[in-house]
Amino acid sequence: MIYRVIPLRRVKISIIDIGIIFFLFAFIYGIVSTAKEWGEVPTYTLNISLSPRNLPIYAWYSILRQFLAYIISLIFSVSYGYIASHNKTLEPFMIALLDVLQSVPVLSFMPGVILGLIALFPYGRIGVELGSIILIFTGQVWNMAFSVYGSMSSLPRDLREAAEIFNLTSFQRFLYVEFPYSIIGLVWNSMMSVAGGWFFLMACEMFTLGERDFRLPGLGSYLQLAAINGDIRAILFGLGTMIAIIILIDQLVWRPLIAWAQKFKVELTTGNIVPTSAVLTVLQRSTILTRITQWIDEFIERITSRFSKRESIEKKINPFPVLKIILIGLLLIIMGYASVRLIFLISRVPLFMWGEIIISDLLTLLRVTIAVVLSIAWTLPLGVYIGMNPRISLVMQPIVQILASIPATAVFPIILMWLINLKGGLSIASILLMLLGTQWYILFNVIAGAMSIPSDLKEAAEVFQLKGLERWRRLIIPAVLPYLVTGAITATGGAWNASIVSEYVHFRGSTLMVRGLGALISNSADRGDLSVLAASTIMMIVTVTLINRFFWRRLYWLAEEHYSL
Amino acid sequence: MAIIETKNLTIIFDMPNNTRITVVEDINLSLEEGEFVAILGPSGAGKSTIVRAIAGLIKPTHGEVLYRGKLVEGVNPGVSMVFQTAALFPWLTVLENVEIGLKAKGVPPQERRERALKMIDLIGLDGFESAYPKELSGGMRQRVGFARALVVEPEVLLMDEPFSGLDVLTAENLRNDLLELWIEKRIPTKTILLITHSIEEAVYLADRVIVLDKNPGRIKQEIYINIPHWRDRESEEFIRLVDRIYSIMMGKPVTAKPPKTERYGTPLPHVRVGAIAGFVELVAELERKEDIYKIAEDLNMDLADIQPVIEAAELLKFIDTTGGDISVTELGKVFAEADVLEKKEIFRKQLLANVPFIQQIVQVLQNKSNHRMPVEFFIELLETKFSTSEAQAQMEIAIDWGRYAELFAYDEDSKEVYLEEEVLETEKIVD
Repeated sequence: MIYRVIPLRRVKISIIDIGIIFFLFAFIYGIVSTAKEWGEVPTYTLNISLSPRNLPIYAWYSILRQFLAYIISLIFSVSYGYIASHNKTLEPFMIALLDVLQSVPVLSFMPGVILGLIALFPYGRIGVELGSIILIFTGQVWNMAFSVYGSMSSLPRDLREAAEIFNLTSFQRFLYVEFPYSIIGLVWNSMMSVAGGWFFLMACEMFTLGERDFRLPGLGSYLQLAAINGDIRAILFGLGTMIAIIILIDQLVWRPLIAWAQKFKVELTTGNIVPTSAVLTVLQRSTILTRITQWIDEFIERITSRFSKRESIEKKINPFPVLKIILIGLLLIIMGYASVRLIFLISRVPLFMWGEIIISDLLTLLRVTIAVVLSIAWTLPLGVYIGMNPRISLVMQPIVQILASIPATAVFPIILMWLINLKGGLSIASILLMLLGTQWYILFNVIAGAMSIPSDLKEAAEVFQLKGLERWRRLIIPAVLPYLVTGAITATGGAWNASIVSEYVHFRGSTLMVRGLGALISNSADRGDLSVLAASTIMMIVTVTLINRFFWRRLYWLAEEHYSL
Repeated sequence: MAIIETKNLTIIFDMPNNTRITVVEDINLSLEEGEFVAILGPSGAGKSTIVRAIAGLIKPTHGEVLYRGKLVEGVNPGVSMVFQTAALFPWLTVLENVEIGLKAKGVPPQERRERALKMIDLIGLDGFESAYPKELSGGMRQRVGFARALVVEPEVLLMDEPFSGLDVLTAENLRNDLLELWIEKRIPTKTILLITHSIEEAVYLADRVIVLDKNPGRIKQEIYINIPHWRDRESEEFIRLVDRIYSIMMGKPVTAKPPKTERYGTPLPHVRVGAIAGFVELVAELERKEDIYKIAEDLNMDLADIQPVIEAAELLKFIDTTGGDISVTELGKVFAEADVLEKKEIFRKQLLANVPFIQQIVQVLQNKSNHRMPVEFFIELLETKFSTSEAQAQMEIAIDWGRYAELFAYDEDSKEVYLEEEVLETEKIVD
């Protein structure tokens, strides 16, 4: 199994959706309006050196950003998942919100977020740094939060009851029962998220807005600069470093984590293939580490005993209903104000511009569709082949995982270098970036689906001599379809996001663009046209959400109902 | 004073489709100091629900649970529980699992460790302290479950079918070890409540057996077991008690049910045709009256599993059960010896004569011009009488039986029940 499939639920349009739209409007307005500060933003430029000697330090900076963003994502997703699974009133709202936030094109907020933060921290690099971290965070956090929520709300009944019978405090319950139970899902989703995180990091380490150039020292900016300068040697060095980092992180972080996470499996039968990691074994044998974990245990013990005392006191204190009402009221007023402002902002978009937005939307839709269809076309046969042959999957899986972790945005400038002179080159490059960035989600899910086909069904197919097309129709497609759809949902979302960086690019001092919604978003951000930026962002969110709800989800339920094993 | 008491305990579950199901009704029971009580009942009698209400995991809809005369609100402070699945935390070692209850109580680490180790020792887990549950066999895992429950020194030990997941020998071994701790008072537990569906287990262990009736779960009878420990399963006294309890379980409910005039009022037993036919053949081969309990043992099946098969065979008049014995009827003999086609013929006749719901389905289909009917139609009829899931289950059984008898067929894709052409041509089945 590679990735756990995130369960999709049937969502009905209700009062919750209205609340979500309300919230979203406020959110968009908040971010878009920070961009108003552009004029006062101090320019900060940094020279990126293409000398390979600087690569280690650049790589280090990139890793550090990724690490910080991941830590924030971890804290956020655990808290979010915990609250959503424990608070029955908030649960439907929080889950629906998560669902929509997943389809928000993060990159369209890039200018707003970064400029806003620069305005807040006008000195040095800190604003841009924070902006990049926040963007990576928003790109990777949602599926992690979904995973934690899913685990915590599906805790096996007997374990939950045991925790209750033995009177564990809510903190102990979290520590010894709920969190351990979420770990496996969290580890797999973290892997996927971090791979996605690199994608955003590479895009936002160096970007241009009008005449302004924002750069952060890092691998992403190194690669972009190398491509712009056409420096093949630097490109090779950069890519090599990138791949080395990915392999190192895979070996030193993910492998040991996955092997360690096996401990948290609830099924009591030991599977035939248990992931192992030499690094983990070494770590577990180290006396210093054992001592440190002991200290941590004792420390936690002390905290928990304090917590359990505090809890009994807390129960006596009456919660302040008045304060709660005031807070909620205040929040509603702010959200209402922001929504009104946003609607006002959008209302300034002239009619012909709406026409342009719709045409661009359709053009990008076409590119996204091509990218997704192409992805399915090659990943479906390969994924089924890998998934149905355990021996091959043992060899192929690590390779595929590493390939998948190479961020498409890092390769993009290089692709651009080759395609830029072709007719319609940018359009092809744009589809290629979508393809590179999103095909892996589909491949992983197809592999997982093919692996889930029970061997007795495979044998039955063989006995009845199902071959070729018939075998696909009767055995493979039914088994793989729900997984394929799950992968395709993520892929489609990712492809829309990718359109923002790939339909409109600054390359070698000139600006290139193809007609499309992504280009419209980037271009309006560049020009500081907030109305169009807001309108096209909303258009993208609406399109992605509608396609999810009315196409993919329908297909998913169809697959589940008919073919679920 | 009783340690645990339930007063008119009634639990009603609200189902998603706005129906309400009474799981248990008017349960009045008390656990006295020094008593080992077993609750015995078929599946669906709400045994687990009662034990969870006593533990405070489920809030009673009506009535109350008292612990030493005080109303239980939230988790019952005097109880500890052993689960059918052991319910160990897979990520904690044996020692950590055993310690968890003490941790929650805030027992300091040093003392906690000592008490846990002592209990591990007592329950026979010595040497496995640092093992993870995954590494243990089912029996050892359940021992950890016992150690974890006992280490907090509960006054009341609740056991929810703790032996039913284990193989015969392991279960027997663990039963005896527990009984030894209990009889010799090596654990401070004051009273034990065991949930089981095994009559023999209940008679072997308990001082008092409470027999439950199902739909809804009600107390049918209480039987005191006055045989001193250790009890001999082969003794006449033991066998007589097991037999007696069995006929109580199979017999008529305490309160008279409304007469069966209502259509499809009595649920069909959850059994497939194959099981009924096989069972009738088996009983026919015995050629004499046989003790139901014995048959279950011979088949290596739980009574709870075999009971619906018996009910179905009796419903179709293939067998006769009186006083805990089974004998095959004349019709049953013919059925057992018949070939496939004859079997179907007999089965069809019996269905139409004895199962009103199936009769109803055939009638409806005959009256429709295209002889087809969406299955939801029948399920909706059933839902007036049963919960949604039960209605589904009832329909599945009816389809299975009807298909076998070739009374009607079912199209899974269109989800329709329909009459087959030949049936239409050859005969008009129901007048």
